[in-house]
Amino acid sequence: MSGSLNITAAAVEPGLLSLPWDIPLDEWPDDTITALPKGISRHIVRFAQLDGYVIAIKETTDEMAQGEYEMLRSLQKIEVPCVEPVAVVQGRTDREGNPLPSALVTRHLKFSMPFRALYSTTLRPETAQRLVDSLALLLVRLHNIGFFWGDVSLSNTLFRRDAGSFAAYLVDAETGRLYESLTTGQRQHDLEIARVNIAGELMDIQAGGKLDQAIDPVATSDRIMASYETLWHELNDPELLEQNELWKINKRVQRLNELGFDIEELSIKTDADGTKVKIQPKVVDSGHHARRLLRLTGLDTEENQARRLLNDLDAYAATVSLLNLDEEVVAHLWLTRVFEPVIRAVPENLDSKLEPAEVFHQVLEHRWFMSQEQSRDVPLNEAVRDYIENVLQYRRDEELVINPPTGTFTAAVDIIHDSDDFEYTDEPIPPRGADEPVRDWRDLV
Amino acid sequence: MATVTFDNATRLYPGTTKPAVDKINLKVEDGEFLVLVGPSGCGKSTTLRMLAGLEEVNGGRILIGDRDVTDVPPKDRDIAMVFQNYALYPHMTVAENMGFALKIAGVKKEERAERVLEAAKLLDLEQYLDRKPKALSGGQRQRVAMGRAIVRKPQVFLMDEPLSNLDAKLRVQTRTQISSLQRRLGVTTVYVTHDQVEALTMGDRIAVLKDGLLQQVGSPRDLYESPANQFVAGFIGSPAMNLLPSKAVSGGVEFGNASVKADIKATGAVTVGIRPEDLTVNKDKGLKVTVDVVEELGADGYLYGHVTIDGVEHNITVRVDGRNHPMRGDEVFVLPVEKHVHVFDASSGNRISGAVID
Ligand SMILES: Nc1ncnc2c1ncn2[C@@H]1O[C@H](COP(=O)(O)OP(=O)(O)OP(=O)(O)O)[C@@H](O)[C@H]1O
Ligand SMILES: Nc1ncnc2c1ncn2[C@@H]1O[C@H](COP(=O)(O)OP(=O)(O)OP(=O)(O)O)[C@@H](O)[C@H]1O
Ligand SMILES: [Mg+2]
Ligand SMILES: [Mg+2]
Repeated sequence: MSGSLNITAAAVEPGLLSLPWDIPLDEWPDDTITALPKGISRHIVRFAQLDGYVIAIKETTDEMAQGEYEMLRSLQKIEVPCVEPVAVVQGRTDREGNPLPSALVTRHLKFSMPFRALYSTTLRPETAQRLVDSLALLLVRLHNIGFFWGDVSLSNTLFRRDAGSFAAYLVDAETGRLYESLTTGQRQHDLEIARVNIAGELMDIQAGGKLDQAIDPVATSDRIMASYETLWHELNDPELLEQNELWKINKRVQRLNELGFDIEELSIKTDADGTKVKIQPKVVDSGHHARRLLRLTGLDTEENQARRLLNDLDAYAATVSLLNLDEEVVAHLWLTRVFEPVIRAVPENLDSKLEPAEVFHQVLEHRWFMSQEQSRDVPLNEAVRDYIENVLQYRRDEELVINPPTGTFTAAVDIIHDSDDFEYTDEPIPPRGADEPVRDWRDLV
Repeated sequence: MATVTFDNATRLYPGTTKPAVDKINLKVEDGEFLVLVGPSGCGKSTTLRMLAGLEEVNGGRILIGDRDVTDVPPKDRDIAMVFQNYALYPHMTVAENMGFALKIAGVKKEERAERVLEAAKLLDLEQYLDRKPKALSGGQRQRVAMGRAIVRKPQVFLMDEPLSNLDAKLRVQTRTQISSLQRRLGVTTVYVTHDQVEALTMGDRIAVLKDGLLQQVGSPRDLYESPANQFVAGFIGSPAMNLLPSKAVSGGVEFGNASVKADIKATGAVTVGIRPEDLTVNKDKGLKVTVDVVEELGADGYLYGHVTIDGVEHNITVRVDGRNHPMRGDEVFVLPVEKHVHVFDASSGNRISGAVID
């Protein structure tokens, strides 16, 4: 029985219908496909342009496509950082009526990068650490809402620049399960998967000759355990306080806020003889600073960017404090007098280099360096001009990224064609290439 | 020697009232390939995690060999959990792809090389050890992925739906590879799937789980010929067995306008189970079926229709000749092949008749 094409989508996307669903994805014409770097994957995944935005299409089994689509929708509803599901396409057939695999369509996450696009020549230790740390934070957030991932890896994570560090997004949810809460064993299981996958991915980069010599793949992947455990305990451990130490409650709240988490509920219980108090925070999702910034200014940013912008806002507030204004009013003044002029100064043709909040962060950083160098307070407008002229215009576009540099700011970097963009084929065994010299394999394991 | 024993093993998740795994008793023999099968949420993954040491055991015990491992941490259990992810690393050679987990585990270089070579010989990959995955065929790549698990030389392999994201063709191929490899290695294996066809084709024995309760453990043949209850009867085999309400009569059960022989002692209401291939079409005897659709599959076909019993409509599936069969809208009668009738207690669902043997 040959079925008919069936598209399930959350919103009407007429453009979806005009894609060549009757052709296997790996044969789609070049003018439909947008070539962007991606992580290693078992399924065929390609990008295409759809009415003004880019989509990622993954060919997979019917069950998986449907399951992952629904899982991503549930995750979106609870505001987990993950890719946005667009549609499931089922009942595909080619022109002769032979069935083709189902497809999951997600929206390409703007300004995001697969980890293989985060370095140009070699992956540096600081970058590797930041990647692992941001993945640890993502995993803590996911576990905190009861999501078991089942396939934690650098390839299954997308990274966005976040004021000198990275914000991690989940991209591959096909093995995921959502429960009320996870058991220690379920969390341990995910961590073990993460550890093995990260080590494997780093060893692969090493084998490709692109890993900084100072990085030990195993030690770096072990880092996710420590990084995760620290965060998890800070978030979830109860604390036992003496009656006269109640001020420590505030400290705990502050620490959690600094880590970016908000507290929804703080249960405080006195023990039987009334000398000790047990506090147990119930943490809501991270994004404390991002939420505050959004509330004050309407700016939607990553957590560290928000921290940075709020610092600047607070500094600005101090300069206008004599006026005794409401926080909201000060925020509005800062937005219109400080933030927006900086962003407006960026010429339109450089718009897609970086997100506005990241530009602002980098300008602040740039000003700091200029001031150091010239031993004077460089005014913001001067810093902006210098930044655009000497830094921003040399960066590559990151709205749809192609191998960007890693540092917070960098001068011109050559575009490197990524041979990592690799797909398995079923061709006859090819002759040995230059990258496969005859060696004793025992030296390799 | 590694048997695996679940002794009244129970897991109750915090905040829930019903155990996800409820007093399971099961012994996996040394070298056996045991498949845990059941619908989504029945407790398969939980059972596997309990064995791996990744889930607390709230009641009962778990043994590997004679050793009680209930409170032993995962890394000291000598078990390898095979991840769903079978991705190969493109810049690493076949040898590296197979050995990297050992490197992570801190195994010394000479031993790594030894174990990789041993696995490669088993998998017929020796000549590719210094090649990259791109030089291999699809099937060879699957074998490299298996090599990754083999080199760990565990006492027990645990596999949780390892084939779920392969397409149908590769899945069938890999199934065969995994089970023949397991037999050659002789390593005790517990394999989880929700797919009963996969269970029947791979397992030495199959344990059927539903709502955390073990329904039946047996060889594929046991489950097929003598399902212990209605659930197993309906779950194992495809298309599924027909299960219809009926009454016990002396020496058998009522079947439409006929009665058919069955070796039971019961009286009153029963459920009869008949596989689609055990029903034959005739003009006037047995149950009256209205044909809804016939699916032709070459020599054979399946007739999907409905019957009315005591005023209630039930679906029925009958295997028919692929060319010479009734048409949609026709009314025909069906009777079971003699001795091919399963009978279940109507209220408990438990089997009350003997096995149906060909
Ligand atoms: N919406 C998206 N935005 C940006 N990149 C994406 C998106 N969807 C997929 N990708 C890229 O494609 C790659 C492969 O996608 P995905 O991980 O879903 O495939 P997979 O075959 O399920 O992988 P695995 O082998 O890990 O199971 C990802 O690593 C990511 O780099
Ligand atoms: N952390 C948890 N908290 C509460 N209930 C849980 C938790 N983890 C699993 N469960 C429940 O336990 C039951 C068994 O789950 P389990 O994952 O073992 O089933 P399964 O047979 O493997 O299903 P699937 O094939 O869908 O993964 C399910 O009802 C599930 O919702
Ligand atoms: Mg993936
Ligand atoms: Mg499961």
